[in-house]
Amino acid sequence: MFSSSTPDLWPVALRPVAALGRLSLEVVEALGRFGLFLAQAIGSAVTPPFKLGRLLDRIHFIGFRSLTIVVLTGAFTGMVLGLQVFLTLSRFGSEAYLGPAVALSLIRELGPVLCAVFVTGLAGSALTAEIGIMKITEQIDALHVMALSPTRYLVVPALVAGLITFPLMVSIFDVVGIFGGYLVGVELLGLSPGTYFGEMKTFVDWSDLMTGYWKALSFGLIVPWVCTYKGFNCGHGAAGVARATTQAVVLSSVLILVWDYFLGSVLP
Amino acid sequence: MIRVQGLQKRFAAQPVLRGVDLDIATGEIMVVIGRSGGGKSVLLKHLIGLLRPDAGTVAVDGTEITRLRGRDLDRVRERYGVVFQGGALFDSMSVFDNVAFPLREKSRFGAAEIRERVEEKLEQVGLAGMGHKNPAEISGGMRKRVAIARALVTEPEIVFFDEPTTGLDPILVNTIHHLIMELHRKFRFTAVMVSHEIPEIFEIADRVAMLHEGVIVEVGPPDAVRASENPIVQHFIRGEVEDVPADHQR
Repeated sequence: MFSSSTPDLWPVALRPVAALGRLSLEVVEALGRFGLFLAQAIGSAVTPPFKLGRLLDRIHFIGFRSLTIVVLTGAFTGMVLGLQVFLTLSRFGSEAYLGPAVALSLIRELGPVLCAVFVTGLAGSALTAEIGIMKITEQIDALHVMALSPTRYLVVPALVAGLITFPLMVSIFDVVGIFGGYLVGVELLGLSPGTYFGEMKTFVDWSDLMTGYWKALSFGLIVPWVCTYKGFNCGHGAAGVARATTQAVVLSSVLILVWDYFLGSVLP
Repeated sequence: MIRVQGLQKRFAAQPVLRGVDLDIATGEIMVVIGRSGGGKSVLLKHLIGLLRPDAGTVAVDGTEITRLRGRDLDRVRERYGVVFQGGALFDSMSVFDNVAFPLREKSRFGAAEIRERVEEKLEQVGLAGMGHKNPAEISGGMRKRVAIARALVTEPEIVFFDEPTTGLDPILVNTIHHLIMELHRKFRFTAVMVSHEIPEIFEIADRVAMLHEGVIVEVGPPDAVRASENPIVQHFIRGEVEDVPADHQR
């Protein structure tokens, strides 16, 4: 007989199985905590008091402060697309389809995904660092002892702000990207403006727009969820905050790509 | 009255509290002393309800708080004020907003009433006219005083101080201690303070409890603790480093 609490005494052959079991339990436990964190936030989001001031602050923090990077990356994404797609299409004599190719790529895929990844790097990492620092400097404990819910103050406003700002930022990214493609395709490479925009109207429909918006909305939930969770669960000291911030950015980015694939395969 | 009975807590394999028994009378200043890393802050976090014990109880006026959650625990915490070791001021807010925060969130006072109360508290801690500053712009001693003002602005019945003078120079230590004494005289709250400012805390404590290796080894009025024959207490008070025989540890 051997005790489950003393794995060092287990037969050598069983130790890898025990290690695998422990790892599985840890993963399941972590996923449970992660899910519970969101469930608590949703519970707080639908019950008063609502913190409108905090929500406006988070909209500014996540949305407004990310505008520059969204516009800049949107423009260059559109320009790169315009150039590469034009060169590819010109091999088949199909340059006329540049507009729809750029628009569909941006609206269905690149807009939501790239915008979410860039906003994660900018606002998501700052969100994790801010909450992590609040945790290690006992500011979150201070909220607890004032009988106030840190979830209501720190998580709910970020989640709601993400849901509001991500679709708006993706819209801006798409529009700026399409004009980036226009600059290259029409102004530099000589395609006519009518062809660029006219074909776009023919090939882009509401289902494409809605696919992009569903993605933006879900990324608007994923990014603040992951980033606030990592902030709340950061380790000790500056190293703990740094590690949590890195993990938040990596995990958010991975989840964005995985969820993008999943939505891309189920949405029309 | 706060009654702590048989409180035990371990982190991983490390026992931090090994059966703490302590009674804190209403209206007194109880100072818990002991070596750094001896579990004083952990004990305080149990009294506040931030940590749950592995065994034992904490009762506040007969209400056992270690099993309370959510709204029930919040109801007890609404009677508390807490001064954290580093102040725990919200660095995104000004000094004024930090002190006003609990009133804005938990009271029904209007803006004018809140302003009046906050300015009064800032004046009491010697920071009149400093409300517009950010916590990052003021000194460590000022931050402690802002934290005291924030803890007292709701006029709590019980105030916890977690090493309120750590890292301050001797003059500021005395200033903070006198401030706490003065505010205690005025508002008669129950104060629980964790500190290792020897001998200064003997001047302000009604009673002193010494926590050593997870248990209370001595408790009583300052003079009685100072005169204690327990070598652990004597070594701590004198700042000596000799080993203490094991049979004196409880």
